[in-house]
Amino acid sequence: MDTAPGDPSSQRYGDWEPVIGLEVHAQLLTVSKLFCGCSTSFGAEPNAHTCPVCLGMPGVLPVLNRRAVELSVRTALATGCSLPETAIWSRKNYFYPDLPKGYQVSMYEEPLAVGGHLDVPLEGGTTRVRLTRIHMEEDAGKSIHDPQEAYSRVDLNRAGVPLMEIVSEPDIRSPKEAAEYMRTLRVLLQHIGSCDGNMEEGSMRCDANVSIRKRGTEQLGTRTEIKNMNSFRNIERAVDWEILRQIDLVEDGGSVVQQTRLWDADRERTESMRSKEDAHDYRYFPEPDLPPLRVEPEWIEAIRADLPELPAQRRDRFVRDYSLSAYDAAILTSRRDLGDYYEAAVAAHDNPKSIANWVMGDVQRIVRDRRLDDALVIEEWPVAATTLGNLVMRIDDQTISGKIAKTVFEQMLESGKDADQIIEEQGLRQVTDPGAIAAVVTSVIAAHPDKVEEYRGGKDKLIGFFVGLVMKETQGKANPKAVNEALRAQLAAPE
Amino acid sequence: MNLLDPRTFSVAEARRSLDAREITATELTRALLDRISLVEGRLHALLAVTGERALEDAARADEELSAGISKPLLGIPIVLKDIFATKGIRTTCASRILENFVPPYDADSTERLAAAGAILMGKANMDEFAMGSSNENSAYGACRNPWDLDRVPGGSSGGSAVAVAAGEALASLGTDTGGSIRLPAAFTGVSGLKPTYGRVSRYGVIAYASSLDQVGPFAKTAEDLAMVLGVIAGHDPKDSTSAEVAVPDYRAELSGDLKGLKLGLPRQYFEGGISEDVERAVREALEVLRGRGAELVEVDLPHTPYAVATYYLIATAEASSNLGRYDGVRYGHRTAKATNLLEMYRESRVEGFGPEVKRRIILGTYALSAGYYDAYYRKALQARTLIREDFEKAYAHCDAIVTPTAPQTAFRLGEKASDPLSMYLSDVFTNSANLAGIPGLVVPCGFDTKRLPIGLQILAPSFGEATALKIGDAYQQDTAWHQEMADLTGGKN
Repeated sequence: MDTAPGDPSSQRYGDWEPVIGLEVHAQLLTVSKLFCGCSTSFGAEPNAHTCPVCLGMPGVLPVLNRRAVELSVRTALATGCSLPETAIWSRKNYFYPDLPKGYQVSMYEEPLAVGGHLDVPLEGGTTRVRLTRIHMEEDAGKSIHDPQEAYSRVDLNRAGVPLMEIVSEPDIRSPKEAAEYMRTLRVLLQHIGSCDGNMEEGSMRCDANVSIRKRGTEQLGTRTEIKNMNSFRNIERAVDWEILRQIDLVEDGGSVVQQTRLWDADRERTESMRSKEDAHDYRYFPEPDLPPLRVEPEWIEAIRADLPELPAQRRDRFVRDYSLSAYDAAILTSRRDLGDYYEAAVAAHDNPKSIANWVMGDVQRIVRDRRLDDALVIEEWPVAATTLGNLVMRIDDQTISGKIAKTVFEQMLESGKDADQIIEEQGLRQVTDPGAIAAVVTSVIAAHPDKVEEYRGGKDKLIGFFVGLVMKETQGKANPKAVNEALRAQLAAPE
Repeated sequence: MNLLDPRTFSVAEARRSLDAREITATELTRALLDRISLVEGRLHALLAVTGERALEDAARADEELSAGISKPLLGIPIVLKDIFATKGIRTTCASRILENFVPPYDADSTERLAAAGAILMGKANMDEFAMGSSNENSAYGACRNPWDLDRVPGGSSGGSAVAVAAGEALASLGTDTGGSIRLPAAFTGVSGLKPTYGRVSRYGVIAYASSLDQVGPFAKTAEDLAMVLGVIAGHDPKDSTSAEVAVPDYRAELSGDLKGLKLGLPRQYFEGGISEDVERAVREALEVLRGRGAELVEVDLPHTPYAVATYYLIATAEASSNLGRYDGVRYGHRTAKATNLLEMYRESRVEGFGPEVKRRIILGTYALSAGYYDAYYRKALQARTLIREDFEKAYAHCDAIVTPTAPQTAFRLGEKASDPLSMYLSDVFTNSANLAGIPGLVVPCGFDTKRLPIGLQILAPSFGEATALKIGDAYQQDTAWHQEMADLTGGKN
């Protein structure tokens, strides 16, 4: 599992090999919280989504959200994990104002899923990162500290929101790999619908365990844990910074101390948060309010049967069946809805390569321009996949030129009308009739005898000048190929 | 006034009289409120009397009775241990830390009783957070035993037991984590039932030790317990540990016939430490049961000596976690002294919790700590399994197990207050049932030489409440101990 070739970090750390494991917290895409009926939606007024259960009032009890289990099992199956017969809920005890019960319900000794792996595509190949475990837990609330106020505020809307924690083995060897692992995981979770992957809203967060060792050695070094990285860029920078910090420390004769460090994105450095000695004793013990979680084999099989084709499989299939490059296939499978859109368009018109270019070019560009990136619901996209397919069909059957097609596409976006309608209404149909084109060519040649002389005298480049005039006369509708042929024919033979 | 002497009414008799329109719910409720005014000053069984509301509910019950509406407990006045959440009614758990806590929700049992037509008379005194065996740990003052006002009523559900024993209510609910229903029932001469773990929902019952806590009724007779249990038992989707086991018609199963029933006598419960009076009363009771056709067999519960230690490790471990929520942040007592977060936590809890609660939080925190977990908590879980298996093996040879409830009768106020260990040992015969999850019934079976009540404990297999109640009811058909009432009025009734 060496650092991928071409990764600059392999030189950057000299003789030192970074060893990295990630713990990713992903919010399960449920409508309600893990143990009560409160909404999980983002952005509500503080404490609007709370009830006696998630407020931790006396005597209330948790009731497990079945959908959260289903989505976690989906994730476990999609990553090749195995599911032990039972998982045990545990309490992690600590005091914090945004932790209403004084404990977080999680899984400890017996998690939901173990084993499994994620194949991370890198330049020059794929690296397999093994997963240690996946477990479920509830989120805490949010403390808001305003230095202007005498008190802190607590918002418990997030308290009880269902999370899964996906823990990797220390199989990652560079900051770039760490970020790629996170990207691949995000695509997968979005694809199977277990997490929306919205990092800005905190739907996916990650902690990294980082250590270094001399290349070629097996023994793991003392690790530090970095918290608070909420973007791919931050992961890469924080892990890199931490590796360099550890190398400097060790090369100066010091040693790495096991501790938790916080990434400060503004100052671009990690800061010590607490050392091993100050580590909490969470006093984990089995949660007596919840029976052990037994996911029946029939249910597991039903969930497995319901799994969509996974991004990696789909990528391979796109390369194989549509003759796309690996790069194009990766882009088109980076979102499930984008891939679905692409396939629906290809189903409407069988030109995978051209449609791929449209989807990756104009469709993606417009999505970006309109800042629709994470809000894009392809069903609501004004240009339906079949409509895009029809547009490409009209290029291929020479009803319109590629250039006119861009105009038609813009109008499809504006009006939501389909290509044929726009072509008809605006008379954009390409002129291919040789007689009609020949007539225009004849008049153009007649109007510019001097240029005709020059052309016949060997100035071949003037053909472009004539094409431009013909296209202008026909408002761009003439078939460029037919125009070319007619021009060359008439210019070649003097009357 | 004789007809309405509430002390003499059982739930079953009141049901009959109400249905026959011989009395009204309002008359019954008023009579009990009068009784409360008369005796409560000496007993302190109640932390709150909800008289006004009770009379409104009684008036409504009378309308329903007139309209011919039938509900199992329609018009029956009851009290609830102050551990049950009651929407809109202060619920303190006998703790300062919840002094001003008014829940915005009802416990499942609160709801079921209301739906069955019961009338809530008040909230009963108890040991703070149900931690105690004497009711002396109430932050609002001890409750007294009506048989001797200088003695404890037992705990933790002391107030609920006394309310029935002294005729303040016809029935009550308590909770039993290690004997908290059965010990007070024995000490005050009433009937009390701890059902199987999972039989009654714990939703809205303020948690002490979640894997042991169970709701159960007090009343004068086993028949009354059957009537109340039928109302509160059953699966509750809000409690994931409540069992999806059908609820039998407990009252219909009270046949009085014990023929062919095998009763196990665990030798460990009759060896040493139990008073002569207790042993004599229990042995006499066994003869009564034999007279009804039951057969007595010896059984072995070899891990009994580990029950108290096991119980106090598991219960305190769970309690240390369950009580973490009382932090002064969202509700309950918050100190006025703090200048920072840590002080707020510390001082709020120092001021809000009583000494026994603090003791158990510290014990439980220790038992779960890194480095001690295996030696204490995990070991206790293993012992718990052995104790549960003891009972499973014993029930292969018998239908129920009969034992004394406690080695002694009610002790004096203050007698054990400074010696927690001797207090904990009051539960030596009751802890096991909670660890095993099985039901336990207590019925009065006589008095000691000081005329203090003695209780007989009947332990049945899981979901065998009907068996225990049938035995208790058969016993009460042949005895009159359950009809004895403490004289609280100096003969001036």
